[in-house]
Amino acid sequence: MVKNRWVGAIALGALILSSSSVAAGGPKMEAANNVLGNVRSLQRGARHFVNYCMGCHSAKYVRYNRLADDLQLSEQQVTDNLMFVGTKLLDTMNIAMDPLDAGRWFGQVPPDLSLIARAKGTDYVFNYLKGFYLDPERRNGTDNLFLPGASMPHVLWELQGLQKPVYEAIIDVNGSVHKVMVGFERVTEGLLNPEEFDQFVRDLTNFLEYISEPVKLERKKLGVRVLLFLLVFFLFSYLLKQEYWKDIK
Amino acid sequence: MKSERTPAFERVTDRMQALLVWIDARFPLSKMWREHISEYYAPKNFNFWYYFGSLAMLVLVLQIVTGIFLTMSYKPSAAEAFASVEYIMRDVNWGWLIRYMHSTGASAFFIVVYLHMFRAVLYGSYKKPRELLWLFGMLIYVALMAEAFFGYLLPWGQMSYWGAQVIVSLFGAIPFGIGEALVEWVRGDYFISDITLNRFFALHVIAVPFALVFLVIAHILALHEVGSNNPDGIEIKEHKDADGIPLDGIPFHPYYTVKDIMGVAVFLALFSAVVFFAPEMGGYFLEHANFEPANSLKTPEHIAPVWYFTPFYAILRAVPDKLLGVLLMGAAIVMLFILPWLDRSPVRSIRYRGWIFKLAVTLFAVSFVALGYLGMQPVSVAYTLAARFFATIYFLFFLLMPFYTRWDRTKPVPDRVTFHG
Repeated sequence: MVKNRWVGAIALGALILSSSSVAAGGPKMEAANNVLGNVRSLQRGARHFVNYCMGCHSAKYVRYNRLADDLQLSEQQVTDNLMFVGTKLLDTMNIAMDPLDAGRWFGQVPPDLSLIARAKGTDYVFNYLKGFYLDPERRNGTDNLFLPGASMPHVLWELQGLQKPVYEAIIDVNGSVHKVMVGFERVTEGLLNPEEFDQFVRDLTNFLEYISEPVKLERKKLGVRVLLFLLVFFLFSYLLKQEYWKDIK
Repeated sequence: MKSERTPAFERVTDRMQALLVWIDARFPLSKMWREHISEYYAPKNFNFWYYFGSLAMLVLVLQIVTGIFLTMSYKPSAAEAFASVEYIMRDVNWGWLIRYMHSTGASAFFIVVYLHMFRAVLYGSYKKPRELLWLFGMLIYVALMAEAFFGYLLPWGQMSYWGAQVIVSLFGAIPFGIGEALVEWVRGDYFISDITLNRFFALHVIAVPFALVFLVIAHILALHEVGSNNPDGIEIKEHKDADGIPLDGIPFHPYYTVKDIMGVAVFLALFSAVVFFAPEMGGYFLEHANFEPANSLKTPEHIAPVWYFTPFYAILRAVPDKLLGVLLMGAAIVMLFILPWLDRSPVRSIRYRGWIFKLAVTLFAVSFVALGYLGMQPVSVAYTLAARFFATIYFLFFLLMPFYTRWDRTKPVPDRVTFHG
């Protein structure tokens, strides 16, 4: 009796252990630390997205009127600040650039960003946007630490300033020398200082997380109520079961 | 609890009674209710492991109902599928909830079914006279895997596409040109395309669910014919009272209906915790790469099937030869089918078996979970060796069973069930 419970416990325990996360390689990433519930941050992120990203990237599943609702903006504010001429509130965030042209200009069509934060994770987005460095061998003059060979140019260079990689020679156990990138060194100052730029990118990341799943905050709020209901339901079902089962000997 | 019986109340109950008489003269409604619910006598000593049968039924209903609503907004076309799922997630009222319930339900179904099957292994529920009951259950499991596989292509994300590509191509391992032709026939095209998506949709929403429901009915009919096993693995029908009712049996309704409702409450709480707080379950229930639309020109860095397939995927990858790997993967499932004929123990329940079986079951459970873990990892030498090790244990559990179950020293089985009410 005790022993077979033990077998069950082992099996369950192993099942839970096996669901711990899969290790990922690649360079070290900073945590994005964005707060989805921060509406001001989302509003700033929306402005940054429209100003800096939407020249090339669409967010074709995101509707402007939904943005107004969720970001606590009036329809007028959205129309004035986030929309281009000729778009309507019920439209989604599409762009005018022809994918064929885009492919020719950049080497690949800039992807739609509606779901990028869900597909890649917010930390990736945050680090990617900060990870451009000077590389004269690249066509754009820059490469990205987190997406080597990125076809995207360093769009935020004016804000961040330019940085170049710092290499260190490391001798391994076999005595051969490797050049390893250990960090970045600022080449030109940007319009924003590093803290301000971090906040800029954090707001943008926050907005991208929001558009990747607009219902995220709402579902968690609803989830609390559902679980509270189920707790009450469980108590009643438990008492009902006890009542019926008391005569089973 | 005597209520006032007004003439109006009497009139209504009389009419209801008359209606039931009218129906019973034409359809065995009361008879079926008695046979399968109110006078189906189940052993009174069911424990934790016995919740998962009714929970599997609950999840089946959840999947069918949420599936119907998803079908109302989903578009089975390569050009529109991905966007229609996002439409459901963003624009359809409560669409996100229905979709998360369905996607979480898929994984929940496998969790519940794996526990249900493991229960059968622990208490010997597959042994005579329940072999056919077990076989129907196994067919349900295979149908469920087919259902999950077809359904996974429908969101038309990167993992949908490449996962289907990998699994369909397994048929290509069959030699003499049959494999290649078969793969083409399954896909209906030279690659996974709109045509494949359409037929997978048809199979997912009509063919397989139909088979599943039919098999579940057969499973329950077989169960009610032979009666439920129990943690002591003894037949309650051997001790009956004067009315022919098993002494250790209690009517399914109300005793197990109220008990199962309690189980449902706990299950729904866990289920809701995932649906509302972690619908992706860290990438295990909804893989991250599947939020990228299918792209036939861009292979993802790491293709892994969803967790419930990974034990078998690990066995497949453990074998260097593709055909042999596919055969071994199939054999891993065939082993489960023939389990009733491999077990030669005179007792059913693990409670009265000896240490050899207890050790074997533990090793089996550990290997299955370990294989599940390895099936998710990228290929490496160490992992492949580990997968071979655990796959060997998996197969030895079955292949050596006719021997060790006979050698194992069993304990005396009690006459009546042990129950501590």
